Amino acid sequence: MSQTIITGKVYVAGDNIDTDQIIPAKHLVYNTHSPEERKLYGQFAMSGVPEEKSGLPKGGIKFVKDGEFESEFSIIVGGKNFGCGSSREHAPLALQVAGVKVVVAQTYARIFYRNSVDGGFVMPLESVDNVFKHFSTGDQVEIDLNSNKITNTTTGKSFALRPLGDAADIINAGGLFAYARKIGMIKSKIPPAGQKAEANV
Amino acid sequence: MGMTITEKILAGHSGRDKVVPGENVWVNVDVLMTHDVTGPGTISIFRKEFGDDAKIWDKDKVVVIPDHYIFTEDQHAKRNVVFLRDFVKQQQIDNFYDVGTPDYKGVCHVALPEEGYTRPGEVLFGTDSHTCTAGAFGEFATGIGNTDAAFILGTGKLWVKVPQTMRFVFDGRMPDYLMAKDLILRIIGDIGVDGASYAAMEFAGDAVHNLNIEERMTLCNMVIEAGGKNGVISPDEETMRYVKARSDKPFNAVQNDPDARFAFEKKYDASKLAPLVAKPHSPENVDTAENLSGVKVDRVYIGSCTGGKLTDFKAAAKILNGRKTVVDTFIVPATTDVTRGLQETKIDGKSLYRIFEEAGCRIGHASCGACLGGPEDTFGRLNGEEVCISTTNRNFPGRMGSKKSQVYLASPLTAAATALNGTITDPRKYLA
Ligand code: SF4
Repeated sequence: MSQTIITGKVYVAGDNIDTDQIIPAKHLVYNTHSPEERKLYGQFAMSGVPEEKSGLPKGGIKFVKDGEFESEFSIIVGGKNFGCGSSREHAPLALQVAGVKVVVAQTYARIFYRNSVDGGFVMPLESVDNVFKHFSTGDQVEIDLNSNKITNTTTGKSFALRPLGDAADIINAGGLFAYARKIGMIKSKIPPAGQKAEANV
Repeated sequence: MGMTITEKILAGHSGRDKVVPGENVWVNVDVLMTHDVTGPGTISIFRKEFGDDAKIWDKDKVVVIPDHYIFTEDQHAKRNVVFLRDFVKQQQIDNFYDVGTPDYKGVCHVALPEEGYTRPGEVLFGTDSHTCTAGAFGEFATGIGNTDAAFILGTGKLWVKVPQTMRFVFDGRMPDYLMAKDLILRIIGDIGVDGASYAAMEFAGDAVHNLNIEERMTLCNMVIEAGGKNGVISPDEETMRYVKARSDKPFNAVQNDPDARFAFEKKYDASKLAPLVAKPHSPENVDTAENLSGVKVDRVYIGSCTGGKLTDFKAAAKILNGRKTVVDTFIVPATTDVTRGLQETKIDGKSLYRIFEEAGCRIGHASCGACLGGPEDTFGRLNGEEVCISTTNRNFPGRMGSKKSQVYLASPLTAAATALNGTITDPRKYLA
């Protein structure tokens, strides 16, 4: 990841945000590879979060405004066990399509974390402490990947992030396929339509 | 230092003598399962990365089971199945259980063992979080996303971080008013929805090995509700009997080494536990059915990979036999085999099917049904402010449809007892 400082407006979610809240099951039917239908995942991202919890601490804030496909929030701060529940890769995909770059949470559910990293959708960062209560939806936030720090620019307070650890190689490559090509596990480039890539395993 | 079952399987599948928790290894995959919700995305990624004409790594190791959005008029959902059909044809995959054909099965996690795809010692991945169900057969089984599945389709391999193993031992005789659902809810209530994050959960002890295979599947099914990566039960005679009746492929069953290391161990006396219920909106909000008695519900749902197997319906029928439900009660068999079982299994000479009909239940087609909400016309879906007691595995906000609904999770015995009163009821009341 060449970018080491990421800034944006934050959407605050609490503990145990499950994948049904991130993208409700009834929306899982759109074709992820059709540009027109893919946009719908952005439109309905985070639409399963209960009204009173949508945009903490106040609630009642729409992640994506009615009729729009992208969110004004490019950073999500959550608490514990972010992304628990189903294995739907549509969850990190929906966040990416809505324009989210980074999620910060104290801990993640395993499959969501893996999907975010292997699919190259959003960067899942871990905060050392559970910090979501120190952010209000709409605050301006700065994340510094060099010093592993998230700063609430609106309040001036900073919090420590954990280093990326062994997921960094895949994140830096841009996802599992890019990584596998880099280490020679898949030999050829993404094939032009109609041709076959060679797996070297 | 010895290895646990999970460590041994991962070592064996990555060409190593030994692995330790925390290590990343590339494992060879024995079976990859996908279904109608996550299959199309997986296939699109496979085609993009490997080419439109690329062949999958091994067509005999891929199993395609449409089960989620089946009995619906939703056009997008129907299109997903068409997408699967095209791919299956292109790749000449025989292991396909298409809707509208005699091969149709229903819920993947119950269909896999019934059709002989679960074997001790193997590595199974599926594009569904409840793939962990198959740990009941002493194998490594876990859910993955579309990108990982597409990677397997092309290479037959995937990286795995070796999990540490947490051990849950149930000793003592399990009373007839308890089911596997009560045991797993007890654990989740104790350790929380992230209590086993990244870990393997092993279930052991006499009470576990006295359970039949379907009940063991219920235990492993809800491992993901505690954040676990996989569940595992050491294979025994019951496992071998079940597997060998359905698969003639050789396999290599493994056991824990005597000096295997567990990150955590907790012991329970099964004879002392009570029927449990998880309150809205989290599987960890556990209380006893007794403490919750009197809470009004307006719907009962008995179905899903967790609570829609024949054992589950036998239990429900035991309570509903000769009695009348007082709230809407939905019966959704997990698979077509289970549907057949409802006709063929009898209590006092009456089929389970008839018992449910006479009790006033509505019986649906084998599928995931309303377990995950699904399209609005889904059988049993919660479309408003319903309060439902359900034998499924998740009660997150909106999981069964409407964000305004409330779901209580319980065993089929507790759900059936509740159906007779319209308020949460401890099944002991009907089992005296
Ligand atoms: S029955 Fe429910 S939990 Fe099981 S696979 Fe279907 S949707 Fe998932």
